[in-house]
Amino acid sequence: MIYDAVIVGAGHNGLTAACYLARAGLKVMVVEKNDWVGGAAVSRELYPGFTYSNCSYVSSLFRPEIMRDLELPKHGLQVLPYEGGAVFMEGGDYLGMHRDHDANRREIARHSKRDAEAYDRYARDVLRHCRFIRPMLLRTAPDPSSFRPRDLSELAWLGKQIFGLSEMAMYDMIRFWTMSIADYLDEYFEHPTVKAYQAVASIIGTALGPMSPGTAYVLLHHAMGDVDGNVGAWGFARGGMGSITKALTASLKAAGGEVRTGSGVEKILVKNGRAYGVVLENGDEVLGKRVVSNMDVKRTFLKHVDEADLPGAFVKRVKAFKIRGSSGKLNIALDRAPKFTALPEGSPYVKGDMHFTDSIEKMERAYDDWKAGHYSQDPFQDMMIPTMIDPTMTPPGKHFMSCFVQYASPKIEGRDWTDEDRDGFAKTCLDQIEKYAPGFKDSILHYEVRTPRELEKEVGLTEGNIFQGELTFDQLLFNRPVPGCAQYRSPIQDLWICGSSTHPGGGVMGAPGRNAASEILRDIKQPKKDMSEAYAVL
Amino acid sequence: MRMEKLTDPRLHYLTPLRQTPFHPRTAAANRMNSWGPWGGYTTALVFDDEAMEYTAIRNAASVYDLCPMVKYRVRGREALAYLNRLTVRDVGKLSVGGVQYTIWCDDAGKIIDDGTLFRLGEDEYRICCQERHLPWLLDSAFGFDVEIEEVTEEIAALSLQGPCTAMVLRAAGFDVAGLKPFRMATFPFDGGELMISRTGFTGDLGYELWTTPDHALPLWDLLFDAGAPWGIRPIGSNALNMARVEAGFIITNLDFVPVHQAVREDRVRSPFEMGLDWLISWDKGHFTGRRALKAEGEKGSEWAFVGLDIEGNVSAEHSLIYHDKKHEVGHITGAVWSPTCKRNIALAHLKRPYHADKNGNLWVEVYAMRELQYVKLMLKATVCQRPFFKPARRTATPPGAF
Repeated sequence: MIYDAVIVGAGHNGLTAACYLARAGLKVMVVEKNDWVGGAAVSRELYPGFTYSNCSYVSSLFRPEIMRDLELPKHGLQVLPYEGGAVFMEGGDYLGMHRDHDANRREIARHSKRDAEAYDRYARDVLRHCRFIRPMLLRTAPDPSSFRPRDLSELAWLGKQIFGLSEMAMYDMIRFWTMSIADYLDEYFEHPTVKAYQAVASIIGTALGPMSPGTAYVLLHHAMGDVDGNVGAWGFARGGMGSITKALTASLKAAGGEVRTGSGVEKILVKNGRAYGVVLENGDEVLGKRVVSNMDVKRTFLKHVDEADLPGAFVKRVKAFKIRGSSGKLNIALDRAPKFTALPEGSPYVKGDMHFTDSIEKMERAYDDWKAGHYSQDPFQDMMIPTMIDPTMTPPGKHFMSCFVQYASPKIEGRDWTDEDRDGFAKTCLDQIEKYAPGFKDSILHYEVRTPRELEKEVGLTEGNIFQGELTFDQLLFNRPVPGCAQYRSPIQDLWICGSSTHPGGGVMGAPGRNAASEILRDIKQPKKDMSEAYAVL
Repeated sequence: MRMEKLTDPRLHYLTPLRQTPFHPRTAAANRMNSWGPWGGYTTALVFDDEAMEYTAIRNAASVYDLCPMVKYRVRGREALAYLNRLTVRDVGKLSVGGVQYTIWCDDAGKIIDDGTLFRLGEDEYRICCQERHLPWLLDSAFGFDVEIEEVTEEIAALSLQGPCTAMVLRAAGFDVAGLKPFRMATFPFDGGELMISRTGFTGDLGYELWTTPDHALPLWDLLFDAGAPWGIRPIGSNALNMARVEAGFIITNLDFVPVHQAVREDRVRSPFEMGLDWLISWDKGHFTGRRALKAEGEKGSEWAFVGLDIEGNVSAEHSLIYHDKKHEVGHITGAVWSPTCKRNIALAHLKRPYHADKNGNLWVEVYAMRELQYVKLMLKATVCQRPFFKPARRTATPPGAF
């Protein structure tokens, strides 16, 4: 049996690519090393009756075009918007978040009247950047050095977007794409906690501090998604993030595709500069006319391809690709809802993202620990309790808590993480929560800790980087993952890449997988089926 | 416990829409229980009958709750110089006790908001406007000895509009016979003070009454007692909107997108493009946006804001405007069948020169809802003077008895 495409890795992008290819009539096989599908969009029951979102934990970027094209709602996917959110402050107060504009203004006004009224202009400017970037998500980045008609027309399109801007907007654009989130927020806000809340989206998954240049763009990466047209809003996948990949798998099977779990790829088979299949860890060979790797660019080319089959310059670039791990995760089964002393009884804030870092200064200090090759002593946590909204993940009255933790360095002072390091990391996080919700620790039934070590080992993310490579401007658009390799192709004929290492990058977005499928179909001159162009923005 | 709840500022989320100081009265009067949000407050859209409310504005006396209007206090030694720098109009011409309709622009000469500027004292002013601008106002104050505070919640205000309102105020004990348009006077009231300005948003005889929240309910009660012989009635935003279109007044975010909220760069408008260039004082010295506006004045503008008279009687709200029934040349932002003028009127953005030289062949595409089904109409439109309604009683001093 020779498949038309062998997809390596059953993450959301691999499955998305597989779905589109299968719908276009290709014989598709997805191979997955774990016994389950999902990659980093995965939900497992690690404690009886409790479903976790083990890695990614919220959804906004996942493209509605993909959900609709692949009929994911029919296959069980439901995305629930959430409300609330808060930053707990030193001294017992908090800054809450509201979906309603006026309620949000009143909450900010408790801390700064000026900042409360600064929000309009800030939101306008972020939306302007979103409007600019969004149409690029479902397009292949043009190769600026190419004279192919397609690249030229895509470049012309990009140029039109840029030259459609006013002079001032162009200045803002260039500054925004290169500056630090701390500097950016200083232009709008004065209150440290207001800034700290906004800065969150700029550091998540990024091995940079809020004062590092380039972090403003990362904010956009988290703000450009939407839940049903509500740009910037985030939601939960009902039943955990694994629901997304479960629905993709069901959609794939309905389209005639196959998935094979339990044995990962040992090696991508290459002969005469062409990929023709994979050999699995268990020795099985799966042959295909092409191989599509959902693994990150480093893992794909440095671990599963003979370097000798690649141009030296390419190998060098891949080695230099920045994919530094910066985060860890705690997934906690709770016997009861935690009680946060700062929050008024019955307040809506517990339904959203909660943080304990009340200034950019503290965030930066947490990053300093990362630079020193350690996990943060006073970490930044993005803590959520999806079961405040999703009734399906735990028994009634019990809760699942997801804590995204930053920073955690890929190595501890240059050596590998040990179990003691992992436990120390977990304790730091749990202690921080306990400080704001006394009694929280006593309510823990079970927890899972994932440091960069576990993320690399289990999920396959090199160095534990959740975006399969940092989202800095030097690694975006036609430079993602590496110059000359931005169109989902590789120097090896018939070896494609479709993961978050490719344009437009990480997050549970599905766009890289969809775009890769689009390129493959174009390459074999097969008409695309059920593949929508990007919806209008705003 | 209840009081504690009401005073704990953290619990604002329990009432996402605030109630104005007049809420106990407006709620009791709101027989239709028809409310809409305005600036974070819940405000009446209709009390009992929109047509009757509108008629009260043009026939007798109407009361509208103005509290959600955003208010800033500007005071200090250089308040005048600051406001001259901030706004396009000559604030030097505004004497103590006077009110100016005004606008302010960004450096590109695009409108941030419009509003009214009250000169309360030698060095004290109040800005009333639709949107919130504290950062802009504070940043504009660099280099000026001036203090700016947001004071929306410190003030309770009612708009009393209609041909009989001077009589109502007289019956209430406030002699405003000598008060000219855009002037204000202060009266002792309820152990405090009531400031009455001859201003409004209806284009009719009318006044705005300003006090502090603790005097709000006595003020309401006094007006309704005194106004009973004239059939005074509370009006909601729907009736007011009819009157303001007749008067040709614009509303921020209904008739134009303020520059600080415009995501699309082409949505913003300059004073020339909103028919407000008459406000600009070119010789008062520099003001924010002056250079850009000067250039625009010389080069010409892209848009114009006009009044339209549309054939037939179907209101054309949000309709597109075509030249020769083919080329899209503009759109309507506010429209109403005017009961007072007996005309089908609208406020519209038109691409130049279709507002003037080429305005002879304009058509409005209207979707008329007729029993669950839209009927598409192409109606002839004629550019005409604003305001559509401009009665002599609006400015007569002293006002007549009706």
